[in-house]
Amino acid sequence: MEIDPFIFRLSIFILTIFVGYYVVWSVTPSLHTPLMSVTNAISSVIIVGAIIAALAGSSKEIFQISNIFGFLAIILAAVNIFGGFLVTQRMLQMYKKKKK
Amino acid sequence: MSANLSALFYLISGILFILALRGLSSPETSRQGNYFGIAGMAIAIIVTFLSVGNFGIGLIFVLIFLIIGGSIGAFIAFRIPMTAMPELVAGFHSLVGLAAVFVAVSAFLKPEAFNLGFVGKINLASLIEMSLGAAIGAITFSGSIIAFLKLRGIMSGSPITFKGQHLINLVLGLAIFVLIYYLCLSQLSYVFWSIVLISFLLGILLIIPIGGADMPVVISMLNSYSGWAAAGIGFTLENTALIITGALVGSSGAILSYIMCKGMNRSFFNVILGGWGATDQTSNTQSKEQKPVKNGNADDAAFLMKNASSVIIVPGYGMAVAQAQHALREMVDALKKNGVKVSYAIHPVAGRMPGHMNVLLAEANVPYDEVFELEEINNDFSNCDVAYVIGANDVTNPVAKSDPQSPIYGMPVLDVEKSKSVLFVKRSLSPGYAGIDNDLFYRDNTLMLFADAKKMTEEIVKSI
Repeated sequence: MEIDPFIFRLSIFILTIFVGYYVVWSVTPSLHTPLMSVTNAISSVIIVGAIIAALAGSSKEIFQISNIFGFLAIILAAVNIFGGFLVTQRMLQMYKKKKK
Repeated sequence: MSANLSALFYLISGILFILALRGLSSPETSRQGNYFGIAGMAIAIIVTFLSVGNFGIGLIFVLIFLIIGGSIGAFIAFRIPMTAMPELVAGFHSLVGLAAVFVAVSAFLKPEAFNLGFVGKINLASLIEMSLGAAIGAITFSGSIIAFLKLRGIMSGSPITFKGQHLINLVLGLAIFVLIYYLCLSQLSYVFWSIVLISFLLGILLIIPIGGADMPVVISMLNSYSGWAAAGIGFTLENTALIITGALVGSSGAILSYIMCKGMNRSFFNVILGGWGATDQTSNTQSKEQKPVKNGNADDAAFLMKNASSVIIVPGYGMAVAQAQHALREMVDALKKNGVKVSYAIHPVAGRMPGHMNVLLAEANVPYDEVFELEEINNDFSNCDVAYVIGANDVTNPVAKSDPQSPIYGMPVLDVEKSKSVLFVKRSLSPGYAGIDNDLFYRDNTLMLFADAKKMTEEIVKSI
């Protein structure tokens, strides 16, 4: 009997929850705000879905309603990607050690 | 690009995202971690372009929209003041949520583009995944908008409660599941739209009863939701990068919510169901306001701290409101010149989001190795001469340790009362968010400094 590919994806999903659990507990509490902004940035990888949606079909179809939703999602995700990573970078630059 | 090859690249970007979070275990490795994250994102986007393989006019439009969104994001990232971080993060969560809804809608309208079947004949599993993704995305969106409005002060931070609230939420939640079931049977588009609409409504209703100081929990919870929404879409699109990211972000937000709840010694449900001590707020304050307090000025404070050998600073949300972090740093510099040892004590729920105080202090150039968490520093208060409480209140209240009747009993608090003297900067004697009086105000070793946190700190700098 063949295993449904869904089961493999589910395995990845559940294993990553465990990875996430251990990785996030090791994050130092002083960096919890950058953690939130960076998780926000990476969750915008949903842009891959948005790109597929926007480019679906032939060139004539890009003004169909489903493609337009894709384009809108691209804008939203792009705001997050650039905003999220840059603001994280800006915050992390500020964390400095004591000068000896 | 073949599907297998792109799947491998998506796996790589997923791993880079894990490394990005791993980097945050210390400030030294964190900047490198952020670059891993950016690399992972770049790989995911480029691979998607190559695997779609449609290089017509559409690609130009995609790039234009990408640049528009990216410029808006970059502009916000450079302009936003650090004190506005909580509302920025809430706002960004809402965008992820809405993007998830849009992608799900698009997949529902044109399933053949995603290999999910055809309109009216969408694969059962995909239909469940996309409607769950859309529902969670919609809840994240509207919930984050409410959180944003509350944090920004456009909407009042006080809880909005009404009779039967929880029942309505429960009914709406169940309705979403019933409709998903019905959608699977019927494939009707109006059922899909109803799921999205009800989820928007549920998101609003879930967040309005939660008060301002519980925002650290809310914002972490919405962070988690945005992850689960992404994972739902990841299953629909059979995309490993999205599944990995969704699981990472989902568990990250869940852990942060847990840490925040533990910092307040409250259960998650207690926070979500809203309202804290709102009932006996008035009676408590009136009976106690007669008690004598010692009132000091900037000169007294400066004298006390200058002659101390060690000082611990306890910042709270009030410091963020007054933007007092830079003045505070100046004060600490002046004290250090006088040979005083200074450290900072941060309570897990100080501020409006996890790690809020740390970012503000970092912004004011406070070295991170002078800033300590509650467990690390709590024993040091008994050896310290002066505790300088600036903008914090409930997290210092000794009642949490002594009075089982108190609503905050059992909450971990900073033992500031153990230090030789306590300087408490506050605008008035009003109780904190929990609505309970702080016993600390009336102690013999407490000197109240009634003023705006920033002004008082600046005056102290002058007198030192």
